[in-house]
Amino acid sequence: MGTTFVIDLSVLVLAGFVGYAVISKVPNTLHTPLMSGTNAIHGVVVLGGLLLMHVATGWLEHLLLVIAVAFGTINVIGGFLVTDRMLGMFKSKPPTPEETAKALEEDNK
Amino acid sequence: MIAQATVFFRTTYFIDAAYIVAFSLLIYGMSGLTGPRTAVRGNKIASVGMAVAVIATLLTPGVWAGTTTVILIIVGVVIGTVIGIPAALKVRMTAMPQMVAIFNGVGGGAVALIAWVEFRHHFEPGFFPLRTEIFELFGAIVGSISFWGSNIAFGKLQEILPGRPIKLPGASQTILNLVLFVVAVGSAIVLCAGVHSQALFILGILVTSAVLGNMVVLPIGGADMPVVISLLNAFTGLSAAATGVALNNTVMIVAGMIVGASGTILTNLMAKAMNRSVPAIVAGGFGGAVAAPDRGSELEGRTVRSTSAQDVAIQLAYARQVVVAPGYGMAVAQAQHAVRELERALEAKGVTVKYAIHPVAGRMPGHMNVLLAEADVPYDLLREMDDINPEFSRTDVTLVIGANDVTNPAAKNEPGSPIYGMPILEVDRSGSVIVLKRSMASGFAGIDNPLFYEPKTAMLFGDAKQSVSEITAEVQAL
Repeated sequence: MGTTFVIDLSVLVLAGFVGYAVISKVPNTLHTPLMSGTNAIHGVVVLGGLLLMHVATGWLEHLLLVIAVAFGTINVIGGFLVTDRMLGMFKSKPPTPEETAKALEEDNK
Repeated sequence: MIAQATVFFRTTYFIDAAYIVAFSLLIYGMSGLTGPRTAVRGNKIASVGMAVAVIATLLTPGVWAGTTTVILIIVGVVIGTVIGIPAALKVRMTAMPQMVAIFNGVGGGAVALIAWVEFRHHFEPGFFPLRTEIFELFGAIVGSISFWGSNIAFGKLQEILPGRPIKLPGASQTILNLVLFVVAVGSAIVLCAGVHSQALFILGILVTSAVLGNMVVLPIGGADMPVVISLLNAFTGLSAAATGVALNNTVMIVAGMIVGASGTILTNLMAKAMNRSVPAIVAGGFGGAVAAPDRGSELEGRTVRSTSAQDVAIQLAYARQVVVAPGYGMAVAQAQHAVRELERALEAKGVTVKYAIHPVAGRMPGHMNVLLAEADVPYDLLREMDDINPEFSRTDVTLVIGANDVTNPAAKNEPGSPIYGMPILEVDRSGSVIVLKRSMASGFAGIDNPLFYEPKTAMLFGDAKQSVSEITAEVQAL
């Protein structure tokens, strides 16, 4: 049990560093999708609700866990969907006719 | 029983392997967010990772024990889906800050509820190892703060609650918050020491944290929302990671820490863009409560120059480069599509149009970018503050749409100003400035903006959307 705890703690610390390294590279343009994306990812708490449901006894504990699972599901499904919808709106400038011509020329070479 | 389940679970190699796949996909997916081109795919990869984690969890032996469990899990998932899908598909881009705030809240709420059940269920002291208890209680306190704080933030953004700071007079607010914090942490320590009435204690901790969450966010003004949302995002992530340690679940730990790191980075970026420290913002009272230095007499006698849509159109159409500096006012007026129309009309006349995006323009990180993306503005036209500032001297006309404090030259020139030192869009360096504004009312920070009184500045009063449409019509008629 002691070792498990040490492993968990190691994962915690390392994941913190990985998270910092990955997220630091996200440009300002994508900060809103980043926030809604992380909304989806912290929906991972739904796992806690799923794992505890069979342990719970009494209507109150069950009710609390159903709410927790519902909350987590809202996060996961809502978060990923809204992020996808938002990212779909980010478009680059269409190439100008000259740029297209230039690209074609280079292709022909 | 949890311990038994956990031990059993740890011996199940398949589940462990699936979890490793799941968090790898989550990290790989998030790393796609480094560019708009790879982001869509990244988000899909992350969602696959999450699906793997959920399926693996459902496959864990014991999770499906008993009909009641199965029904309750399905009920929870169905409720979440029924609420989540329409919310995600219908929300308007102008309402994204509220959406993110409430999503932060439900995540934190789930953590707090899980902690509550854990403690309710195991009355006898010493059931949990101390270390588990500490992490579970951290999750309970931070999750509860995040839930209630986010609800208040949602209320303010949705304008159910007034956007101005609501606080007790003087230092009493800070003292009350400190007392609440000490009570919450103190109760947690007592609980760890092994008190018999655990069920009541955990409830007390949750309630105290709930009050603290309300008290911390209520005094924060609308303009500070980008920082608050980021901070609550970090809180929810960290509480999820802590619960992951308590439940010995690697995916929860990794996912929680990614969110925690993301929220922390954004909080720091936003605070830096406002030149304010995070503790100062949390201590509250900036957005309107700080009395601006009384310079009424100094500014009296100075007049603003009002202009018409027709004059603006002529100025813009004969410019070489026009920069648009949008702010929260553009979001409120839903003017982003009208702005895009104007940009197209000007481009048709051979004018170069760029957008200047201040990091804290709007109510959340990246708010302006999303609004303009919704209006089909290509992201290559959006320039970050540091890139666009050197360009203002080469810009003929800058169009400020519903932005105020982020263009206030007092931040550069007046050491006495409350926003002195905050990096701004240096719009006053362009040839001329046109400010679209509803009235002369001051910005959210309650600070007067000397930019409006400059001889090169002209004001176009009225609803931003309507004004922009009028300008566009005039430009097209030229």
